[in-house]
Amino acid sequence: MKAKFLIPLVLFIVLVIFLAIGLNRDPHEVPSPLINKSAPAFEVAQLSEPNKSFSPASMKGQVWILNVWASWCVACREEHPVLVELANSKMAPIIGLDYKDKREDALAMLTRQGNPYLLSAFDANGRVGIDYGVYGVPETYVIDKAGIIRFKHIGPITMDLLNRKIYPLIGELQKS
Amino acid sequence: MKSILLISLCVLNFGISHAKDAVPLADDPVTEQRLISISEEMRCLVCQNESLAGSRSDLANDLRREIRNLIKEGKSDDQIRSFMVERYGDFVLYRPPVKPITWLLWVGPFIILLIGIAGLLTYLRRRNSAVSNITLSAEDNKRIDALLNSKEDKGVL
Repeated sequence: MKAKFLIPLVLFIVLVIFLAIGLNRDPHEVPSPLINKSAPAFEVAQLSEPNKSFSPASMKGQVWILNVWASWCVACREEHPVLVELANSKMAPIIGLDYKDKREDALAMLTRQGNPYLLSAFDANGRVGIDYGVYGVPETYVIDKAGIIRFKHIGPITMDLLNRKIYPLIGELQKS
Repeated sequence: MKSILLISLCVLNFGISHAKDAVPLADDPVTEQRLISISEEMRCLVCQNESLAGSRSDLANDLRREIRNLIKEGKSDDQIRSFMVERYGDFVLYRPPVKPITWLLWVGPFIILLIGIAGLLTYLRRRNSAVSNITLSAEDNKRIDALLNSKEDKGVL
């Protein structure tokens, strides 16, 4: 008889657990289907040198980071000091992908805030972004020596994420 | 008469070109129709409660343009769908494919329905058996008849 009264309580607790898990997850973080797949190939002009082009194939043989950014994106400005920190660590080169931006605005942002990028590729119409499944700038990819995407982060990267996830991952990928 | 015609033509023309500016459409309505039917089944990743067909976000515009190009290249609906899934995952589809990871999603509601039906059946069975069968004697039946008859006579019912 007593167990019967406990049923609603148990159901309630189960509901609360489900809500607690569900509400603490970020629905904007969609698992990327690109993880453990080859980084899509592209060839676009560089940001600072429009007559030179960049292609991911040129990064084969080293672990590198692709960071999608834009001067119009507020979160990118927030993330920028973390990227500068990452660049200073010299763990891996950072390639920028300037997404749907104006050249002069982007260059102005880099002179103002510092340039953590080895170079930036200029994706004027967002076509490269589509191939990389970009839907919320900034996005960051860690790509291994064989050109395979090993990690993707949507939204600004933080010092915590850098220390907890990205540095160890780069170290691990460098060894292989 | 001629001038009125000319003026109305100008106005009409202006109206048409203006409308074109506001809604960028593909040149032919067949492509546009296919675009709508494909993108209505897809989620816009920026505003996740909107379909790709209905969203006005920048990314949705770009993706519609991309799908339009794919249609013009002669790609089938399935090819276009897999183009999107390769980039954004199953999450873009409003109808997720049936595979091990989505089994619970597809079958879950029916499992809950079955649990509900099972619960209801056991409850009804238990309630039925709780009402004990009472055998009535002939005398009881007579009394019942008498009571029923007397009510009828009084015209209560």
